Amino acid sequence: MQKFGWYRGRLCLSSLFYGDKGYFYFRYKGELIMRDQLIAIRKTAEAEILSANDTASLEAARVKYLGKKGELTGILRGMGALSADERPVIGQLANEVREAIETSIAAAASKIEEKNLQSKLEAEKIDVTLPGKKPPVGKIHPLTSVLGEVEEIFLGMGYSIASGPEIETDYYNFEALNIPKNHPARDTQDTFYISDNVVLRTQTSPMQIRTMQKSKPPIRIIAPGRVYRSDAVDATHSPLFHQIEGLVVDRGITMADLKGSLEVFAKRLYGSDTVVRFRPHHFQFTEPSAEMDIRCFMCQGEGCRLCKGEGYIEILGCGMVHPNVLKICGIDPDVYSGFAFGIGLERIVMGRYEINDLRLFYENDVRFLRQF
Amino acid sequence: MKLPLSWLYEYTKITASPEEYNRALTMTGSKVEAIEYLGEEIDLVVVGKIESIERHPDSDHLWICGVNVGDKTLQIVTGAQNLKGGELVPVALDGSALPGGKKIKSGKLRGVLSDGMLCSFQELGLTQNDAPFAYADGIFVLSEGNCKPGDDIRKVLGFDEYVCEFEITSNRPDCLSVIGLARESAATFSAGFSVKTPIVSDAGGDIKDYLSVSVDSKNLCARYSARVVKNVKIAPSPKWMRDRLRACGIRPINNIVDITNYVMLEYGQPMHAFDYSCLEGSHITVRNAKDGEVFNTLDGQNRKLSSDMLVIADSKKPVAVAGVMGGENSEIKDDTQTVVFESANFDGASVRVTAKKLGMRTESSARFEKGLDPSNTMPALDRACELVALLSAGEVVGGFIDDAANFDPSPRRIRFETDRINKLLGVSLTRDEMISLLSPLGFAFDEDEVIIPSWRLDIELMADLAEEVARMYGYDKIPTTMLSGVATEGRLTKEQKFESTVSEACRSAGFYEIMSYSFIGPKQYDKVRMPENSPLRISTTILNPLSEDMSVMRTTSLPSMLEAIARNYNYRNEKVRLFETATVYLPEISDGKADPAKLPNECKVLTLACFGEMGYYDMKGALEAVFEYCSVFGLSYSEEPGNPSYHPGRCANVYSNGAYLGTFGQIHPLVLKNFGIDEPVFAAEISFDALLEAVSSERVYKPLPKFPAVTRDLALVCDKNVPAQRLTDCIKESIGKRLETISIFDVYEGSQIGAGKKSIAFSLTLRESDRTLTDQETDDAIKKVLISLKDQLKVEIRR
Repeated sequence: MQKFGWYRGRLCLSSLFYGDKGYFYFRYKGELIMRDQLIAIRKTAEAEILSANDTASLEAARVKYLGKKGELTGILRGMGALSADERPVIGQLANEVREAIETSIAAAASKIEEKNLQSKLEAEKIDVTLPGKKPPVGKIHPLTSVLGEVEEIFLGMGYSIASGPEIETDYYNFEALNIPKNHPARDTQDTFYISDNVVLRTQTSPMQIRTMQKSKPPIRIIAPGRVYRSDAVDATHSPLFHQIEGLVVDRGITMADLKGSLEVFAKRLYGSDTVVRFRPHHFQFTEPSAEMDIRCFMCQGEGCRLCKGEGYIEILGCGMVHPNVLKICGIDPDVYSGFAFGIGLERIVMGRYEINDLRLFYENDVRFLRQF
Repeated sequence: MKLPLSWLYEYTKITASPEEYNRALTMTGSKVEAIEYLGEEIDLVVVGKIESIERHPDSDHLWICGVNVGDKTLQIVTGAQNLKGGELVPVALDGSALPGGKKIKSGKLRGVLSDGMLCSFQELGLTQNDAPFAYADGIFVLSEGNCKPGDDIRKVLGFDEYVCEFEITSNRPDCLSVIGLARESAATFSAGFSVKTPIVSDAGGDIKDYLSVSVDSKNLCARYSARVVKNVKIAPSPKWMRDRLRACGIRPINNIVDITNYVMLEYGQPMHAFDYSCLEGSHITVRNAKDGEVFNTLDGQNRKLSSDMLVIADSKKPVAVAGVMGGENSEIKDDTQTVVFESANFDGASVRVTAKKLGMRTESSARFEKGLDPSNTMPALDRACELVALLSAGEVVGGFIDDAANFDPSPRRIRFETDRINKLLGVSLTRDEMISLLSPLGFAFDEDEVIIPSWRLDIELMADLAEEVARMYGYDKIPTTMLSGVATEGRLTKEQKFESTVSEACRSAGFYEIMSYSFIGPKQYDKVRMPENSPLRISTTILNPLSEDMSVMRTTSLPSMLEAIARNYNYRNEKVRLFETATVYLPEISDGKADPAKLPNECKVLTLACFGEMGYYDMKGALEAVFEYCSVFGLSYSEEPGNPSYHPGRCANVYSNGAYLGTFGQIHPLVLKNFGIDEPVFAAEISFDALLEAVSSERVYKPLPKFPAVTRDLALVCDKNVPAQRLTDCIKESIGKRLETISIFDVYEGSQIGAGKKSIAFSLTLRESDRTLTDQETDDAIKKVLISLKDQLKVEIRR
């Protein structure tokens, strides 16, 4: 809505009558007057914008100069009174002034915004050292976690994972493993009996028999599980512990393959600089038999408390599958050969974490379980 | 087996240091457990001569001695009363060490300087048996052996000795002997080795005039050899023999008994000596014992025998349990005049069973049970008689008894298959190389056959021979190769993968994995309030449990879990959440009992429990999170007031698409009391197999909805006792498949809705997959819901 008024006998746009200081400001010689006016507006506007220190005063300044009823708009409306020559000149100047004001408003706005953000962030400051709010965390048992590592190593070498009963027949636990009744080898494994012919398995080795009876070579399996011996509970004995049985049967498997495979396993589990040694041992169901030691990682073979002065730590028992065992399982020992091994899981885990008491594994104190 | 190295050196010259020896023998299969220097704890103890002895001026029981210790004479005060002057005694010098970590320093005794200590034999770690000529209490007067002042006591008393302790595997009883280990040592170091044939010089006479032997139980006694010694003079055996026995951990007794032990250690052949005068009828029978026959063994124990045991008997009574222990009735005594030496070969399994039944494992039975070489009885017997002459312990009667009816002395042979040995080991050794590895162990070769030495009863097959080749060649020299041949694929079964998924699910819900024993005590069933007639009380029972509380294989995983919870509760651990994929053992039941001849069914139960910050709904939520993680859907719940382990009003069964998964809830306060827990505990027992079965294997992508859903909230009021599940079911049924989700966001009980009522607020999302639902359709559906709720459950909308 345009308003008009009279001034000195001329019809004028009312917006021109009122400048920022509220007094009349008009000169007949339009161009000159308007040029001065524009320059003055720019100057005062810029000063005002510069002094605005919050969004509201900046907005007020914008309305005052650039708004529909703003001073600049007022000037521009008066352009109609100018001559055709004057109009483009003043028009251009007016646009320049507008742009300049807009630019400084934008600059001031972003400055104010930045300042506002700054003070907001300051107000939001918290004590970052206060404790966090933790969702409950659970972990697997250290035995399970190391077993997982072992399984992964063997899976990567093409082994599958087998499992079988913990309550086992005497046949699978002993007889088929070349350990007849009243054989002295039974003495080394104090057995829990359920009946004359049923025992709690003393080793995971029955899984060798069960696997060979079920599947034909080539066989590559590991069979982890619980085993039982009637040892009273103390720091180094447990009536229940875990073994990981391994079995490979195929044509032409040699003791060199056994050494190579188990050395790779040891290096994957303990690191590539692990030194292993194989020394002769005796198991009824393997021939030749061996035990694999790793050089003590504490003393590098010098002998220390950890390795009880031996320089080496026993890791597993192994050997070439006894021909009698192959035969019992219906595998021709003249055609096939194989190797088997048994790893004591607790021993590995105790070595890994320097755990000195076997009982901790079965006490299930969360202060222990949290550490792994 | 303990081996004094000085004894070893009598058979083979090994120049290696004890440490090198240890390592080398371990690598050829005789594992050295420890190597001990007997004088380890003794230092600066020397022989001293008492040159003067006078009373202490301030004491009526102390003596001041002038002791010549070689390079000087020391003044030493002693309280012992057995010295007169002139004796040679052990002197612990200033700064010396004695067994047991005792340190000796100079000091004053009642004002008189004592520059060391005179020692008793006890202070040197000896017993009266080791020092039979010494006073039991007093200073050890050195009456045996040549020694002079200043000599190191370790050399004088046989402590200057390295003793190697071997772990001998059960297949090598031949190595439970000095000769056997010497053979192994010589083969390991390529050193010379020889055993002299013992020479018996008898004093005439004929054993037949003294003794006859009959072996009745031929299958249990392959050979029985005996000699008789007359005019026996029982005395302590010489110091060198006592020193060796002591080094091997055997107590010296007297010359005859010591000879039998010495020969057992040297030859690996257990022997026994009978007092001939006690053998009634001058006859020995090897027979099975009579059931109930009673017999006193040498250790003074009264033994009840049974007919499966082998005994040595005279014409009236048993005089020994064959291969295990002799009897008091024919024991060698100080006045024994005539002795029968027995050197026999008994069946290993029989000796093992007998020793086990009688609960006495002896040096003798430990050797017999592994199976001994029957060829060894005569050489051992002759060695014993040779020692009798050497010790002047008696006169050997001419002739010997040797009943070898059940013994075939011809050597065993197997084919010498060098190619197969190479193939098994992955090496390529020539026949000659193998021969040079095997010969030192006593193997001989005859064309394409190997002749097995008599003492190697463990060698039966090519594989056994391959081990001999391998260990002598060196396991470390066998190359290391990787498996060739058909590649196999290593993978996990569905069940194995699921087990790790379940484990991940439980961990992500904040639960720690535990491992508990598989066996429990039957009282644990009472502790979880299992009904008396529950079939789960019938468990597989261990015949020889370690204790009552580890005597049955668990049929439920809850007690083990609650034990773990109780332990953590007692340790004052806060906010504890535990889980275990526990195996339970469900026996075959016949006649109300577990059939011990059949293998039980082993099942896994996912068991969770927690205390601390959780309530019933937290536990249920955790369980739901686990199910969701495992992709087990279609869950529903029913009240389970009848499980006595749980709070009757806070226990539920959970189902997936109608199939039972398990039970969970708050543990019954009485159960908690039994476990000593004074705080609510929540637990869940979920069948692993049912869970695996419930996993939705179908994973097909469903397109995300194109049309908007409509959400309606319903605040309903119903009877307090109506389970929310029934309302949910009713709503689901009424709306049908258009109902996308249904959830409960508020439950309220209180004055605003009246007594005996509760308000449940549901939030429903309805959607059609092919169009936008109209308001009208939605309203109609809700109306229908309200009608069925009212009809079926008397549910009103909350005003």
